[in-house]
Amino acid sequence: MRRIVSVLLENESGALSRLIGLFAQRGYNIETLTVAPTEDPTLSRLTLTTLAGDDEIEQITKQVNKLVEVVKLVDLSEGDHVERELMLIKVKTNSDQREEVKRIADIFRGQIVDVLHDAYTIQLTGTSEKIDAFIKALPQDSIAEVARSGVLGLSRGEKALSV
Amino acid sequence: MDKLSGADMLIRALQDEGVEYVFGYPGGAVLHIYDALFNQEKIKHILVRHEQGATHMADGYARATGRTGVVLVTSGPGATNAITGIATAYMDSIPMVVVSGQVQSHLIGTDSFQETDMIGVSRPVVKHSFLVKEASDIPEIIKKAFFIAGSGRPGPVVVDIPKDKTNPDDLFEYKYPKSVSLRSYNPSQKGHSGQIQKAVELLLGAEKPMIYSGGGVILGESANALTLLTRELGFPITNTLMGLGGFPGTDRQFLGMLGMHGTYEANNAMHHCDVLLAVGARFDDRITNTPSMFCPNAKIIHIDVDPASISKTIRADIPIVGDVGAILKEMTDVIRTKKSKKLNETLISEWWNQIDLWRKKDCLKIKRSSKEDQIIKPQDGVTAVYEVTRGEAFVTSDVGQHQMFAALYYPFDEPRRWINSGGLGTMGFGLPAAMGAQLAFPKSTVVCITGEGSIQMNIQELSTCSQYQLPIKIINLNNQSLGMVKQWQDMQYEGRHSHSYMDSLPDFVALAESYGHRGFKIQSRSDLKPVLEEVFSMKDKLVFVDIMVDPKEHVYPMLVAPNGSMRDMWLEKGVRT
Repeated sequence: MRRIVSVLLENESGALSRLIGLFAQRGYNIETLTVAPTEDPTLSRLTLTTLAGDDEIEQITKQVNKLVEVVKLVDLSEGDHVERELMLIKVKTNSDQREEVKRIADIFRGQIVDVLHDAYTIQLTGTSEKIDAFIKALPQDSIAEVARSGVLGLSRGEKALSV
Repeated sequence: MDKLSGADMLIRALQDEGVEYVFGYPGGAVLHIYDALFNQEKIKHILVRHEQGATHMADGYARATGRTGVVLVTSGPGATNAITGIATAYMDSIPMVVVSGQVQSHLIGTDSFQETDMIGVSRPVVKHSFLVKEASDIPEIIKKAFFIAGSGRPGPVVVDIPKDKTNPDDLFEYKYPKSVSLRSYNPSQKGHSGQIQKAVELLLGAEKPMIYSGGGVILGESANALTLLTRELGFPITNTLMGLGGFPGTDRQFLGMLGMHGTYEANNAMHHCDVLLAVGARFDDRITNTPSMFCPNAKIIHIDVDPASISKTIRADIPIVGDVGAILKEMTDVIRTKKSKKLNETLISEWWNQIDLWRKKDCLKIKRSSKEDQIIKPQDGVTAVYEVTRGEAFVTSDVGQHQMFAALYYPFDEPRRWINSGGLGTMGFGLPAAMGAQLAFPKSTVVCITGEGSIQMNIQELSTCSQYQLPIKIINLNNQSLGMVKQWQDMQYEGRHSHSYMDSLPDFVALAESYGHRGFKIQSRSDLKPVLEEVFSMKDKLVFVDIMVDPKEHVYPMLVAPNGSMRDMWLEKGVRT
């Protein structure tokens, strides 16, 4: 089952490699990974998605929690949560495709953020499934380049991952 | 306030931490530090012959005393040579601080001379590590390193210091922090009282109870608490290889070691129990045999300081996370106040009857044909050492058959007397570990039970022993082969002994004597006791005893694998349950 794990860790060099190393060392997989400092510059928030059964995710969270630089951790997929991914996609557009690509982007509420005579760069946010669906909806030979941010998430309601 | 260089601050911090010994080897990147060591007398430096030896010595010192072992090595090869010892300590949760030199900051990443990314190389085998970026941080980093190494589930911590951070010309105000707190690391936890209540109820209702304890009891200084609880309950108990000495080995309630080479009675009692109390143990693969067939009828209570050890391989019904000693004490208190609820005395005495039947099998009886009267079995060697030392020695071992024989035939009544590499299984561990223990307890008898394969992996430390006059007794159970490998080849590869022989062995007696030690060779069983009596009477000498043992001997019992449970054992060659 797909899990979203959010981790608050000390914003120190070496902390990230320790966490990534743990996944490699113990044979856990990482599907997506995103990390950046929080409003408190001494802390980074890292979000990763992984495929794991109940026993495995229990071990993953326990092992990650043991890392000295990990302050807090939550498995967002355990409860209600909001998740988003951002994609920038460059789409080649010859004259007969330009309208169609723009229409698809509108349907998915994507924004065209850069325009060339033969290409659009489109920005799209949403769940990973929505982004997958958008990619599928485009004319397949038109995709020049894709950059995805990986998943970010927050739990719903009052719960908050903070110090 | 004193103004000190980075190197002086490091040494002062180690002094303030109460460090007695540093095990190390100098080199370019740590020359400033060695110069700082030269100017003081509080810390004694032990010059090893190989950095792996330094780590095992610090490790042996830590296991014998409970204090944190300290290592000092240079960058590059000094650092990488230390890795095996760091990994050994990591697997057995031994508190250790390893200070490694690093090339100058501006050279890092340029493939400069003797440069290794020590933080990266050691990362999977340390509890934590620090790269010193500012010399002024050194005191605080050392404080944190000792705090992390010795608290919670202990482990090795690496502190990597670039040479320029120890420059004698750059001076800083030195202040050693009294305490340290890390918001992301909070190791002290109290066991959950509700869980403890539940556990006690389960134990009091047990019909076939069993206690299984591991190295966590030793590390947590909880042998007394465990012994009190076990006596209060009157239940049978077994120890893991790492947990020997956690409960008196000569006590009637003790069933011997469990696991791959555990006793018949311990393994059977594990398999058939209905309530299992696991304390400071981690259900590793050398214990459980096939996990799906492990303790099929048991409710499991698992006490451990490390939540990640709980339900990792075997699911616990009642997990209790926290300080093992405090939890055991609270359990004992709860049981004592619950006098009204009695144990199932009748059923438990039936359980003991069953255990005594298993015991009657006498699975450790040394089997000897009439023709073999003068042949020394490796078990004879260990038994003789036990008798001559009256079971009171510190015993270290290397890895292989001799390790199992030592664990099975030398019962330990106290914790921290048995020192071996259980998790990583590091050959070459025994001699340097014995050196660490001997330095910590100069007046005690320290024995290294080893084999001719293992001893040659760090035999260079005989030279260090001579420099510091360490009167260790080395018992070399010499079967002229890599016995454990050969045993597996006998059992699983139709006796094809692929590279498991030890050809071109040195004359160990002459070798030991060349370093200024004494050496004896024993070839006949009747010589065993008298020679060992003489050897152990030589209190101020290192003695290397080369005992020629039966090369065909196997270690039994041995769990049947794969697809075996804990009651499936080989009991002797060709004979299984």
